[in-house]
Amino acid sequence: MQFDLIRRDRASISMALLAPLLALLATGLVSWAIFAAIGTPAGLALWTMAASPFTNWYDFSEVLLKMAPLLLIAQGLAIGFRARVFNIGAEGQLILGAIFASALPVWFPGATSPLLWPAMMVAGMAGGAFWAGIAAFWRTRLNANEILVTLMLSLIAVQVLNWLLLGPWKDPAGFNFPQTAMFQAQALLPGLLPGTRVNIALLFASVASVAAYILMQRGVAGYRLVVTGTAPRAAGYAGFSAARGVWLSLLISGAAAGLAGAAEVAGPLGQLQRSVSQGYGFAAIIVAYLGGLHPLGIVVSSLVMSALYIGGDNAAVFADLPQAAVRVVQGLLLTFYLIAATLVRYRIVRARVAPA
Amino acid sequence: MAGGDAHPLLRLEGVSKSYGPVHANRSVDLAVMPRSIHAILGENGAGKSTLMKMIYGVETPDRGRIHWDGAPVAPASPAEARALGIGMVFQHFSLFDTLTVLENVALVVPGKPRALAARIRDLGRDYGLEVNPDARVHALSVGERQRVEILRCLMLDPKLLILDEPTAVLPPQMVARLFDTLRALRDRGVSILFISHKLDEIRALCDTATILRDGVVTGRADPRVTDTRTLATMMIGREMPSPLPAGTAKPGEVRLALSALDWTGPDPFAPPLEGIELAVRAGEIVGIAGISGNGQADLAALVSGEQVLPQARSGAVALDGAAIGHLGAEARRKRGLAFVPEERLGRGAIPEMALWQNAVLTAHDRGLVRRGMIDRDAATRFTETCIADFDVRTPGPHAEAGALSGGNLQKFVMGREIMLAPRVLLVQQPTWGVDVAAAAAIRRRLVEMRNAGCAILVISEEIEELFEICDRLHVLRAGRLSPSLATPSTSAEEIGEWMIGAAEDRHAHAV
Repeated sequence: MQFDLIRRDRASISMALLAPLLALLATGLVSWAIFAAIGTPAGLALWTMAASPFTNWYDFSEVLLKMAPLLLIAQGLAIGFRARVFNIGAEGQLILGAIFASALPVWFPGATSPLLWPAMMVAGMAGGAFWAGIAAFWRTRLNANEILVTLMLSLIAVQVLNWLLLGPWKDPAGFNFPQTAMFQAQALLPGLLPGTRVNIALLFASVASVAAYILMQRGVAGYRLVVTGTAPRAAGYAGFSAARGVWLSLLISGAAAGLAGAAEVAGPLGQLQRSVSQGYGFAAIIVAYLGGLHPLGIVVSSLVMSALYIGGDNAAVFADLPQAAVRVVQGLLLTFYLIAATLVRYRIVRARVAPA
Repeated sequence: MAGGDAHPLLRLEGVSKSYGPVHANRSVDLAVMPRSIHAILGENGAGKSTLMKMIYGVETPDRGRIHWDGAPVAPASPAEARALGIGMVFQHFSLFDTLTVLENVALVVPGKPRALAARIRDLGRDYGLEVNPDARVHALSVGERQRVEILRCLMLDPKLLILDEPTAVLPPQMVARLFDTLRALRDRGVSILFISHKLDEIRALCDTATILRDGVVTGRADPRVTDTRTLATMMIGREMPSPLPAGTAKPGEVRLALSALDWTGPDPFAPPLEGIELAVRAGEIVGIAGISGNGQADLAALVSGEQVLPQARSGAVALDGAAIGHLGAEARRKRGLAFVPEERLGRGAIPEMALWQNAVLTAHDRGLVRRGMIDRDAATRFTETCIADFDVRTPGPHAEAGALSGGNLQKFVMGREIMLAPRVLLVQQPTWGVDVAAAAAIRRRLVEMRNAGCAILVISEEIEELFEICDRLHVLRAGRLSPSLATPSTSAEEIGEWMIGAAEDRHAHAV
């Protein structure tokens, strides 16, 4: 039996909503099979992963804590992805943001101004935008592929971080651990939900989501970006600058990632450490696509993805699931989503054989 | 032609094909006799291409039978069709630019290179299809590339050759040569299916015509003895639109001026533009004739602003007397220049976007954007007006541009640009791939615009069209522009001579 993919006359909205659910379902099934195959109690592991983040308040607050950087970065990346500017190096931009933000409390450990944490956020955005701007510069100057440049800059960012933490910024009273001293209270973000670690970074992410929605779904600036990405010749015809699109995409996504990095050091960490990013920069790519590159979809997908992190941690404890399994589940999710997303523009038809 | 006892080479019986809700072909009957040049005539979207694809094995019919030499067949792939003896030359060539002619042929035809090269030369001599087997395809003209395509089919000794709108890409002199080739083929026993919507060509070449409309056969005729009007009526189902209310124009002030414009683009195969001098006045239509690839693309981009000149040479392009060469497309549009490009999909319109979103592309400063936000209601209203005024056949402003047929999308793009009320309108290939009725409507619009005082520059390969609507013509060849030729006093032959460079030589000798 043969099947054909037939292009739909227009994108199916119901399929666009159904695709992430199909992907979740398929991921669940395949994960179950893999867990069973490696000898873990598959049912328990899956149940812990899927349900535990939502069944008690503490775990759910941790989900919200993780959601802030993922949501923030993914909103920025999605803007670029829709303009077909593929910033794969949000990880590096996050690290640069964290470094720039940390510079203030590291250099001025005695500062007690209430403006210290806001200044750190601004510095973080500047750091992320600067790192992404390097890629924009080479892309517009020499047509250097931004995928490669941003990715390689991420590796450089990690080395810069290592050098700072092993050298000039190392806490002298820190038993030689590669980390800075703990920041003063004014360098920390105000909390949002009493009794939890959730801070106002979640507000930043919410504001960024609203802004992304207005820019991309309503604004003419977003329209221009999408046109330069999807139809470069039409953009040239209309007079929209492709270089402007590249700069805007990379600066926005870089600033968002930098802000996420700043919020990490001024939030749950309270200092700059090597593990400042837990792979948020790369996970956000999955979040952006899982959310259909739509600002509202990304809010949902970032929640799902954060829950997966927390659920995975719990499953590691309670169901003896290896940590790497969580990565596998993330990968499966993205793969199945990309497969399911095909059905938004295409439908499957059984190929008919002509009567001979 | 079809003698009572003659046995058809190819016979289709009740062949139908649907794509979802669209019926491309409905119960089509067709009989192609041996040694016949058989025309398939129809407007764009009439189902000609789908029918040919089923014969050539690209598509399978939903219903119906195909008989070849009296036996039922069901070609499931072009390879099977070629094995039967069916060859096809597509409108868009399927040659690899970076390979030589011989290498392109060897991809399809088995044999040793030396033997293949000899056959290419022999067949070329026999049928007027001379081409150097060792030439690389990118260095060939469109006419030569078509010869390679035909040669490649002939190498497989077909009994039936299908040609999909083969003259669409050819200058007039080459059309005559192609026809000689096709007649020679017929005389040696090859039947030809000739797809076209150009009535005069079919009358000159074909002995039988099957006319399609909306996927249904609406008539069969001998085009040599049937008059154009009858054929046209079968094709479009109504009388031909009356000729244009041309009238004589009273040209006003110069709106668009190109002076001493030189340009060398990055494309190594496009000739540099040299010393272009051109003026378009209010209330006149000026045409640029010539075959694509002679600098048309660069000229259009330099006028539209897609290609910007350095500040120092800005004066080479002037709008209303002001130098605009350094300005981008958006700035020129603000000053009253509108442009309908050759490629509607991907350049004039974004396929994945709805029509109302495509309206925003160039009309965004006509009240469709307020304080940086797109006003959806205003854009939808603008689009509805455009759909109604320009007879765009579509479900509505929310249809995606990619779902429209070529002709309807052209009407939309043309309508959108006209609604900008431009002072100067640049149109490239206004009716390329557009059916007869829509083409007539588009030409009438252009003439109305001119009568209302717009300055219009038309770049087109279709000479008949230029003669129909233009007040003056230039010919662009090898990056140089001919002197201005007044349409009433010039002839197709004179234009043709400028197109192939013969007139230039004569001028050079006379001086």
